[in-house]
Amino acid sequence: MAAARRERGRPDRTAFTQQRLPAWQPLLSAGIALPLFFTLGLAGLAVGLGLHFSSGTIRELELDYTGALGSNQDCARCTNASATSGPCLCTLHFELAEPFPGPVCLYYQLSNYYQNHRRYGVSRDDLQLSGDPWGLRHPAEECWPYRRDPRGQAVAPCGAVANSLFNDTFALHRLVNGSFMPVPLDSRGISWWTDSNVKFRNPELVNGSLATAFWGTSKPPNWPCAAYLLDAGNPNNTGFVNEDFIVWMRTAALPTFRKLYRRVHQGNFSAGLPRGTYRLDINYSYPVLPFKGTKKKTKKHPDLVRMAELVVHNVIREYYVPNRLLLS
Amino acid sequence: MVEAAESRGDVPPVQEEAKERKKKKRKKKESKTRTVRSNLLLPGLEAEKPKRGPLANNRLKTTKYTALSFLPKNLFEQFHRLANVYFVFIALLNFVPTVNAFQPELALAPVLFILAVTAIKDLWEDYSRYRSDKEINHMECLVYCRNEKKYISRYWKEVEVGDFVQLRCNEIIPADILLLSSSDPDGLCHIETANLDGETNLKQRQVLRRFLELDSEFDPLKFTSVIECEKPNNDLTRFRGYIIHTNGNRDGLYKENLLLRGCTIRNTEEVTGIVIYAGHETKALLNNSGPRYKRSKLERQMNIDVLWCVLILIVMCLFSAIGHGLWVWQFSEKKKPVFDVPGPDGNYLSPVLAAVYLFLTMIIVFQVLIPISLYVSIEIVKICQVYFIHQDKDLYDEETDSQLQCRALNITEDLGQIQYIFSDKTGTLTENKMVFRRCTVSGIEYSHDANAKRLAMYQEPDSEEEETAPKGVTLSQRDSICSHQSVKAVHRSQSTKSHRRTGSRAEAKRASILSKHTAFSSPMEKDITPDPNLLEKVNECARYLEVMRSHEQPLSQLSPELSDIFDFFIALTICNTVVVTSPNQPRQKVRVRFELKSPVKTIEDFIRRFTPSRLTAGSNSSSSSSLATSKSMHRFGSSLLSSTSTESTLLKLEEKLAYSVQMNNNGYSAQQEKRAIESGPEEGELRYEAESPDEAALVYAARAYNCTLVGRLSDQVSIELPHLGTLTFEVLHTLGFDSIRKRMSVVVRHPITDEINVYTKGADSVIMDLLLPCSSDDPRGKHQKKIESKTQNYLNLYAVDGLRTLCIAKRVLSKDEYACWLKNHLEAESCIENREELLFQSALHIEKNLHLLGATGIEDRLQEGVPETIANLHKAGLQIWVLTGDKQETAINIAYACKLLDHDEEIITLNAESPETCAILLEQCLHCVESKFSSNTIDNTSGDMRIGFASFCPPSSSAHSKLGLVIDGKTLAYALDKTLENRFLLLAKRCRSVLCCRSTPLQKSMVVKLVRDKLKAMTLAIGDGANDVSMIQVADVGVGISGPEGMQAVMASDFAVPRFRHLEKLLLVHGHWCYSRLANMVLYFFYKNAMFVALLFWYQFYCGFSGSSMIDQWYLIFFNLLFSSLPQLITGVLDKDVPAEVLISVPQLYKSGQNMEDYQPHMFWMNMIDALYQSLVCFFIPYFTFYDSNMDIFSLGTPITTIALFTIILHLAVETKTWTFFHWSSCIFSILLFFFVALVYNASCPTCYPPSNPYWTMEKLMGDPMFYLTCIISPVIALLPRFLYRTLQGTLFPTQRQLGCQLHRWPLGTCNHILSKLKIKKKSTPQKHSFAEPSMQNPTSNVNPCYKISFKTKAVATAKDPLVFFRRDNTLDLWPWSNSSDLLQ
Repeated sequence: MAAARRERGRPDRTAFTQQRLPAWQPLLSAGIALPLFFTLGLAGLAVGLGLHFSSGTIRELELDYTGALGSNQDCARCTNASATSGPCLCTLHFELAEPFPGPVCLYYQLSNYYQNHRRYGVSRDDLQLSGDPWGLRHPAEECWPYRRDPRGQAVAPCGAVANSLFNDTFALHRLVNGSFMPVPLDSRGISWWTDSNVKFRNPELVNGSLATAFWGTSKPPNWPCAAYLLDAGNPNNTGFVNEDFIVWMRTAALPTFRKLYRRVHQGNFSAGLPRGTYRLDINYSYPVLPFKGTKKKTKKHPDLVRMAELVVHNVIREYYVPNRLLLS
Repeated sequence: MVEAAESRGDVPPVQEEAKERKKKKRKKKESKTRTVRSNLLLPGLEAEKPKRGPLANNRLKTTKYTALSFLPKNLFEQFHRLANVYFVFIALLNFVPTVNAFQPELALAPVLFILAVTAIKDLWEDYSRYRSDKEINHMECLVYCRNEKKYISRYWKEVEVGDFVQLRCNEIIPADILLLSSSDPDGLCHIETANLDGETNLKQRQVLRRFLELDSEFDPLKFTSVIECEKPNNDLTRFRGYIIHTNGNRDGLYKENLLLRGCTIRNTEEVTGIVIYAGHETKALLNNSGPRYKRSKLERQMNIDVLWCVLILIVMCLFSAIGHGLWVWQFSEKKKPVFDVPGPDGNYLSPVLAAVYLFLTMIIVFQVLIPISLYVSIEIVKICQVYFIHQDKDLYDEETDSQLQCRALNITEDLGQIQYIFSDKTGTLTENKMVFRRCTVSGIEYSHDANAKRLAMYQEPDSEEEETAPKGVTLSQRDSICSHQSVKAVHRSQSTKSHRRTGSRAEAKRASILSKHTAFSSPMEKDITPDPNLLEKVNECARYLEVMRSHEQPLSQLSPELSDIFDFFIALTICNTVVVTSPNQPRQKVRVRFELKSPVKTIEDFIRRFTPSRLTAGSNSSSSSSLATSKSMHRFGSSLLSSTSTESTLLKLEEKLAYSVQMNNNGYSAQQEKRAIESGPEEGELRYEAESPDEAALVYAARAYNCTLVGRLSDQVSIELPHLGTLTFEVLHTLGFDSIRKRMSVVVRHPITDEINVYTKGADSVIMDLLLPCSSDDPRGKHQKKIESKTQNYLNLYAVDGLRTLCIAKRVLSKDEYACWLKNHLEAESCIENREELLFQSALHIEKNLHLLGATGIEDRLQEGVPETIANLHKAGLQIWVLTGDKQETAINIAYACKLLDHDEEIITLNAESPETCAILLEQCLHCVESKFSSNTIDNTSGDMRIGFASFCPPSSSAHSKLGLVIDGKTLAYALDKTLENRFLLLAKRCRSVLCCRSTPLQKSMVVKLVRDKLKAMTLAIGDGANDVSMIQVADVGVGISGPEGMQAVMASDFAVPRFRHLEKLLLVHGHWCYSRLANMVLYFFYKNAMFVALLFWYQFYCGFSGSSMIDQWYLIFFNLLFSSLPQLITGVLDKDVPAEVLISVPQLYKSGQNMEDYQPHMFWMNMIDALYQSLVCFFIPYFTFYDSNMDIFSLGTPITTIALFTIILHLAVETKTWTFFHWSSCIFSILLFFFVALVYNASCPTCYPPSNPYWTMEKLMGDPMFYLTCIISPVIALLPRFLYRTLQGTLFPTQRQLGCQLHRWPLGTCNHILSKLKIKKKSTPQKHSFAEPSMQNPTSNVNPCYKISFKTKAVATAKDPLVFFRRDNTLDLWPWSNSSDLLQ
């Protein structure tokens, strides 16, 4: 003990061990703070101004197609329709006072829709969605109660998120020379590239048929058709790789959210939507559920990228609670 | 000898005795004693052997774990920490499907990580213990083997109780061994106990008498005795037992017979012994009680805030649970929305049940609020702090080559909050290096002026720069009493400067080399210039003696004065336990060996060898058997003794005495002859190893007068005198020093006069009471009385000079008296149970009716830097109490010398004779102090009370006058009484320093405890000796000084420093830093976690309180552990709020720690509020940015995490005071690490991390300019209030510490540079003159001039800066040197 202490001898005399490393000791005083403050302020101002002017070209149009009770919207009748009566078609007319430069994006927006609910958000199986043959027939535990149908067949895609897929469809028409001409809506590229190409894969085709590959699975209870029947004619957009489905599966962060529906960048409309009268045909089928809300449709153009957006707004703002009705 | 079994139980209650009797039937010996037999017994006897089961073997196993038991045992230990249980509970909660929040395996990760880190640390520690164990276990020693009939080499671990071990010189003792044989003819064995207690002097151990008498060599095979001794215990100073021989005889065993494990054999060629205790039952290992675990004040405070955090957590969870319940309730049962997912059975949860489940889920989600890494981080930071304290070169003492040791690893920050220091004096404030200063013999004072001058020379070399004090001017007038005052003044001025006395480095080196061989011998102590008068008298005396001896005249013809002088020096030389060694053969004693086979050389030798009448060294031996006259008588004699009939032996004893006296008459002449044969090393090279430094000092002093101690054996002391040659005194008894008797004595036979003399040396207070009362009518008695009163006078003067006084006295015993006393003494010695008590009584019997010879004054020099340290500690707001056993005058003078008391200070002295007086005194003093010294004096003339009351309360000159309190041990005992303690504390609290004299170790600890408990103050006790141990243990922080008085204080301490002055840096710098670092880190920890968790909380409002988190579970779980931990650790380890130089030069800054400025309760809440605000910013800026967009949940969470990380690191940046390379790099590293992990994690696997699926999120975000913009703007807004606050506070109301930092801005070199630059500009800014002047006008400021200069430059700089122009006036007042009274006092 004593001897060992002696052997240890004197301590090192490096700047580190003596805590004398070269150091900067700022004292926060006005002398330091003010220049810093002004520099930061000016930088912030510059960025802010840049953003402000660039956002000037952003166009946004919101259309509410919820059809709340009492509103004179065409869609109001669909709201009244009972859940079992099947799809209900309604239309909305709107004017564009000024042209929307392309590419215009069509979003649908839902309000008060808690896609971020914890148990809702986890109710999915990424392994199944990645086309894994084993995973397809063995959905994850999280998918309950949408994991297996009463017959014991695996639900594909399983889980609450997939089950609640938004299935309103929209068609846009422009009044040209007194008649409504359809505006081509592109459904490709609306999801993240990595989602549609890496994360979501269809199961390996069996005998060249996707339906056979899905054999032994059942559709989610709320779905009208099986997954392989989504956009059935298009092999690149059917099953799990259906982009509408992929977009829906990317659960939103907040209860009010938009999801990209279509992009307008083709044909005559590659430069955007010119001013004029438009008609939106809505296949109002989503609120087949025991609650209702408002729906909206918006056009927006938010980014520095100067991409115009048209947002279709489906606001489910408040649920039908007797004697309480809120409008968007 | 007394039957040991009877006296075994000291106070055995009746029931216990009955119980014992029952036990006796079965295992008689196991109750209180241990029985040891030889392992070499024949197989037939082996059956008799008690089972070996309970006896430990010598294998050392300090490891806690084995390979198998490590995991369960370590986990079990870790779960003793409540926090770990909590985190494991939460992690397990995650496995319950209904409440889980994260991937269960992942949630286990941090807990496992923390547990693993701790486990690996434990494993590593255990492994290093294992390796050192292995090394020790495989050391070899010689063990007797029955089959080979000789000693063979075996590993230590194979040694068992009952084995016979042979040890050679310089070998380390493998177990506790009963010494049975030694190559030393006297059966002695010297051991060095440095490994055990740090004492470097040799200690003697003695072979059992009976074995010593054996004529043949010790043969283990013939050892059939049975040893009964105590159960293993940790008392190093005690060993009791007895040995039962085959014939039924018993001998007592004492600690002098025991060789302790870990000690080293010295000076003895070969010893043999039987193992009594092995392995973990050895005293050395039983004493080894690992590092201490204390909880620091800061940690206690922190734990309260942790509880607050728990409360906040519960509130948040409750809030969320209720919110969720309401949210679920609003959907009617039939109209459940799609996103409200039913349970696995398809049924929806009722709102209440959902709320209950959610509560548990929320606990998991919000668990981060209770910082899992807090405890681990604190431990890491503390280990690093300890490392830095260890490494500080300023805490390293070159002289002794020792450095500071932290023995308690987790109270470093307590060092920064100390309010009271309790210090021992001797060895702590002083060097404990005794220097003989002056003496008085038979009433005549010898001032040793030359010696004083020489001592002054020692401090000359280094103190040229302060050549102001006229040294040594008045020293020559020392003889006249009237000059005492002036001398005293000079003396004091010397001792205050004496801190640089240690001289040049080379000398220090030499001293340190020397000190490795001999304790207590610096050149200063050894070189003593004798006083010419006294030297002359000594020579005269020696001449007389020679003449007398040659003419066979009786000694009584010597004049009383000369006779006193002669006896005085004899007493100085022999009345001690000093061992003589020679440097040529280190540790090899210079001594006369009586070879057994050599022819008889002297008559004395003859007597020694053929008459066993050696009444040898009392305390060292049980001399019962030595009384027998011959070997044939041996057994008979001892049996007589053991049957307690000592009368016959005593009769024999008297005969023997008469006989040996005759023989001894020629002793000295024979010795001379022997001396010639010996003619070994020169006298000058003799070294003395003493148990206490006083002894060495006295022996060296005597040597200066040619009275040289040349050899000491257990039963004889040889001294060499001028003209007379070597005289050999037969030492009959040595009555060792103890703190109750306060004296030691030797009983010797004088070789010249053949009288039995008792020489006693001790504290003046006791010796003076034991003097032979002399009648005043007889002229001789009158003379003696005069001498006594004169001596007492001188003693008082010595005390005033701060010298340690010792009285030397002598008693001549008649043979009757001696025989009578011896009878009692032998009984006491042979007693086993009450031996100590009886020996004490026995000593009291012989130490009376003394004849005063003289007195000595020994200076105990102040340690280097003590006055400065004390002054600085005073300035730092610390109250210093000195608790000493010294007498009041000495203590007060030392107190003045070390600046504990100031001359402008008012001293209250409390000396009371009774509790009542004490009460009244306290009342009066309090009254006096309370009334702010308005009353002039205290009326203490009340008749029937005898008050030794020296208090004075002069009219106060200023309201700030300081107080000092002096109290003596007796009064202290009264004051510590329950009824008075509050008043005493009230008074003591007002005093800047308190001096307790004549206090016992117990009182010391009581005082510390009182202050600690009653005043709720942080206490530090510092001491160096065994008497300080209790005080050190009681205090919040115990500091031991690794001085010459052994290691006991160090062993008990939390920190061990080499010198008192190191306390200054330890407290003011390291303590301050440790406290402020840790306080800031803890606060930051709380802030960080609260801020992070609040983000999640805000999100709950937007996810229906469903317990969903937008931050990916990986980030959530590893945020604390990986991304944000490093910068805070670096800051916690390396940040310096004020540089070391400033902390030392402006000790007032220490008060910030005492007042807990860095971590006050409200600061926790301020940080919480700040965390709340910051989290609001960090959440809602991204929220509004991404509101109404197609942002998915993790695309929102990832920016929020990034922003939070930036904010947290920038927050730390605002709080960091000192930026080094490590700070920069750790911050940058953390951010890069986050991005790296995020990118890799988000790209690694698209399906792997259910339930979160953050694939490609970070990559996508990093292509979005909005991400960068929010990441820049949010932290800036979040930190704005704190930054603003810090800026305003730093500008308008800078704290003293911030001012201190500014002082440090410019290093010395640039200081002058800037100054020279500024001289030109000075004219343009006239205002700065008034600014700079105060510092110039203040002559008392003892601060480095650089600081003054830097102050000036700062003044100019501020004046130049228009933005801060307004601030000057404010600063002016706050500036320490503008009115320096506050800061520079």
